[in-house]
Amino acid sequence: MLVKTKFLLYTASIVALLTLTRCFYSDKQNEGEQLYTQYCANCHMDDGSGLRNLIPPLAGADYLENHRDDLACIIQHGQTGNIVVNGKNYNQGMPGFEHLDAGQITNILNYVQTNFGNNNPRYSIQEVEKQLFKCRHLLEH
Amino acid sequence: MIINNFRLYLSAALLGLSAVAWQSCSSPAEQAGGLPYLGERQLVQREVNGQQVTDTVYHRIPDFAFINQDSQVVTSLTVQDKVYVTDFFFTTCPTICPKMKSQMLRIYEAFEDDPRVMLLSHTIDPKHDTVAVLRDYADRLQVNSDKWQFVTGEKDSIYSIALQYMVSAMEDEEEPGGFVHSGAFVLVDQNRHVRGIYDGTDPAQVDRLLRDIPTLLPKKKKKDAGKN
Ligand code: HEC
Repeated sequence: MLVKTKFLLYTASIVALLTLTRCFYSDKQNEGEQLYTQYCANCHMDDGSGLRNLIPPLAGADYLENHRDDLACIIQHGQTGNIVVNGKNYNQGMPGFEHLDAGQITNILNYVQTNFGNNNPRYSIQEVEKQLFKCRHLLEH
Repeated sequence: MIINNFRLYLSAALLGLSAVAWQSCSSPAEQAGGLPYLGERQLVQREVNGQQVTDTVYHRIPDFAFINQDSQVVTSLTVQDKVYVTDFFFTTCPTICPKMKSQMLRIYEAFEDDPRVMLLSHTIDPKHDTVAVLRDYADRLQVNSDKWQFVTGEKDSIYSIALQYMVSAMEDEEEPGGFVHSGAFVLVDQNRHVRGIYDGTDPAQVDRLLRDIPTLLPKKKKKDAGKN
């Protein structure tokens, strides 16, 4: 009885895993979502809600519109110091992701700008490259 | 690794025990018996009326003393007679900590008004996470220090108590943020026995933890049922 249930559980989870990985990797359009889940969701949460007054939200954040032109550099190099999002102060520090290239950053930003209830304009890779050019002096290597 | 073994052990034990618990939940003596005792156990012989009896002594968290976000000393007495959930984190953690904290908040909210349950989060980066830093962190989480203690202390005492909770925590320059640590939530009973280890980044495991906590709490007497 016990063995049978465990066996069932394991089979079920393996099947679920296989199904999940299949749809993760077969659809290139989902790169933005994949990268978000991998690098951002730990802090900003899967639904972009953030964490109380520690981590600012991405869902419905006025910051995404007001600072549209700074976002690529924030992802590449991180951010420290006090910022205001939807009228609340945040000051916790976000690490940079220097290994992400302009294409990956474009996909992440487009995912963020068009999910969690957000409906902001998308970025072209040229736009992101232009932003990153402004902060290239921050690259360590 | 260790956690994985325990998880296996735990899920196997839970499956088995849930069948038993099903029948015995009406008897108060069994009420606290649904969850396994984790960690090493010792068999101790003693004599009772000339007869040899063997007692099982379960792994128990030793006495400890740390400082919390209000600069108050938090010791084993603080958690005396309480069920508590504990974890290890650091405020600048670039990886799993915010997720752990958002899950810990679920526990906080579920037991906010029950003084029999407490939360205890240890920083594993005491050099950076001073009392002031922990104070700010707790304030931004908007939680009350009676219920949720954030503690710091001597690095060695923190790392050695982590081992007692069967949680990995150590410095490692190769790791993001400079520390290796697990996302485990450890459930500890009123006698400081470890009764469960859960992945604090997995909402499904935290669901289970939320169901397990009440099984360790004494059943309220009829006449007290209206209070609290
Ligand atoms: C370690 C936790 C952490 C991770 C991981 C993280 N962030 Fe952040 N993020 C923060 C914090 C904290 C701030 C506020 C920074 C400050 O106070 O200056 C922030 C600020 C932001 C902002 C500006 C404020 C807002 O809410 O609109 C954006 C946009 C953002 N992050 C996007 C991302 C994206 C995209 C990723 C993944 C590539 C990511 N973050 C990964 C913690 C994190």
